[in-house]
Amino acid sequence: MVRLRGIGIFDVVNFLLLLLVAIACLFPFVHMASVALSSPQYVVRNEVSIWPKGLQWDAVNAVFSDKRLWTGYRNTIFYVVLGTCISMSITIMGAYSLSRPNLIFRTPFMLFIVFTIMFFGGLIPFYLVMKAYGILNTIWAIVLPNALNTYYLIIMRTFFQGLPKEVEESGRIDGLSDFRVLTSIVIPLSKPVLLTIGLFYVVDIWNNFSGALVLLRDESLFPLQLMLRNLVVVGQAGDVLEASGFGPKVMLESLKYAVILLGCLPVIIVYPFIQKHFEQGALIGSVKG
Amino acid sequence: MDLKRSSVLRGVKRDRVYLLLLAPALLYFILFRYVPMFGIVVSFMDYNLFKGVWHSPWVGLKHYRTFVHNPDAWIIIRNTLLLGLYRFIFSFPAPIILAILFHEMRWKRFRRFVQTVSYMPYFLSSVVVSSLMLMLLSPSTGWINKAIQSLGFKPVLFLQDAAWFRTIYIGSDIWQYAGYGTIIFLAALASIDTQLYEAAKIDGANRWRQTLHVTIPGLIPTTVIMFILHIGGIVSVELDKAFLLGNAANRDTSDIISTYVYRIGILSGSFSYAAAIDLSIAVVTMLFIYGSNKISRRLGETSLW
Repeated sequence: MVRLRGIGIFDVVNFLLLLLVAIACLFPFVHMASVALSSPQYVVRNEVSIWPKGLQWDAVNAVFSDKRLWTGYRNTIFYVVLGTCISMSITIMGAYSLSRPNLIFRTPFMLFIVFTIMFFGGLIPFYLVMKAYGILNTIWAIVLPNALNTYYLIIMRTFFQGLPKEVEESGRIDGLSDFRVLTSIVIPLSKPVLLTIGLFYVVDIWNNFSGALVLLRDESLFPLQLMLRNLVVVGQAGDVLEASGFGPKVMLESLKYAVILLGCLPVIIVYPFIQKHFEQGALIGSVKG
Repeated sequence: MDLKRSSVLRGVKRDRVYLLLLAPALLYFILFRYVPMFGIVVSFMDYNLFKGVWHSPWVGLKHYRTFVHNPDAWIIIRNTLLLGLYRFIFSFPAPIILAILFHEMRWKRFRRFVQTVSYMPYFLSSVVVSSLMLMLLSPSTGWINKAIQSLGFKPVLFLQDAAWFRTIYIGSDIWQYAGYGTIIFLAALASIDTQLYEAAKIDGANRWRQTLHVTIPGLIPTTVIMFILHIGGIVSVELDKAFLLGNAANRDTSDIISTYVYRIGILSGSFSYAAAIDLSIAVVTMLFIYGSNKISRRLGETSLW
């Protein structure tokens, strides 16, 4: 009873509102998983909401038997690994140079970079130029056009600027070259911010949809997101069901949910472990950016 | 003059390693940001894929005139601005309100749990979010319509009805971004001096009045900054979700500039006409962002650059 003292109507209302928020955020996932794992007779009678009924893995197996999702996974993982390496290298090197207070042409360079936040040529000129470069319908169409994020570059530059000058100078006294100062002093000192920005690049590439939609034609190059869209939004999931031979044993609805579930599972699994970094990311991004 | 030139040369020589390190980034900006800007010249041509930029005939403002005289143009512009404006009005306050709820939650472990859960949708792709929407809102099998039916109402054709599109778009936006958006406001709340709360308590303010007179004023500076940063979003609504949730049945409200350009330009191949729309929008967006940054500079110390 003592503990209850001081808990007023204010706290009760607040608790209920936040409970509602938590339910709203979790329910779609829980529902998705339970429909994907339920037997057709329960799904068709609309009896599944937050708990699977007549647990079965046929929908998931049917999705696994189709090679499109696998192709999507393989391509996306490849794009993420290659893209993040390229993006991080370019961003770190650029940010390091721009963080030098007396770099020659520093202000013109910054203006040149910041202008791209304000002005975007538009989809069509972008498409035509990518076509002229000959990267349309190749892996480079996914990796190169978004290789650098202007905001991440500026955030990283700001972080490098804030590093204590003394440590760097001591490195120079020890005879380190400009490049070695970057690799053996600046990078080790900036691990948290590098990790955070690296994770943001990973998520951006993982989730990239419209870039692939516009620049890729060949299904064997499609990333996971484009496969997901074709299966669920366009409705190719029906073919999967026919081809897999699971026909009567799986409802189309379960199958679609299984596709979405498998599509976002890596994010859901990995998220709790890296959540802290994203939180820091939001802060450095908004406060200093 | 000579002196100046030699000092530049000396600077270049001194900074050669840095310039070399910066080169890939600059090359990226030139190839993928600036060259496409010049690609906009196709909007003044009758661009033909086979003739290319160099041999297509110049037609001046023909495509701009066509766009202005197209009755669809105004519908699309209206749809884009209304979607952007409504999204701004409804999505902007959501993280602020949620942040206040988090801040006032005294049961820390519960607060931590809800925070973690509410950040997660931010990391889902537009495809996953749109797919979930399509599934949950389906008139025959979606959970939401089942719930509506079990309450004795008729199922609602959410995605086949133009009247519902904006609600669905903005609702899913709030679902996806409100949680993560609280982080910046929570940081502002954490920096409020606790003595202010003590003082308010001594003055006899209850929890509600403390929120009203200490918490909310503490949020105002951050709110102003975020307001200005987000205002540019009114004119630029991205392709992804409008494209994924849009269909022939709800096109009256779901067709926005980016989906129209994609359809007319990439799918139907009217490159020059679509590029003319692109440029018009890019100019408006730039003026908008430039203007909002100017305002933010005048209001306080904060600006984008």
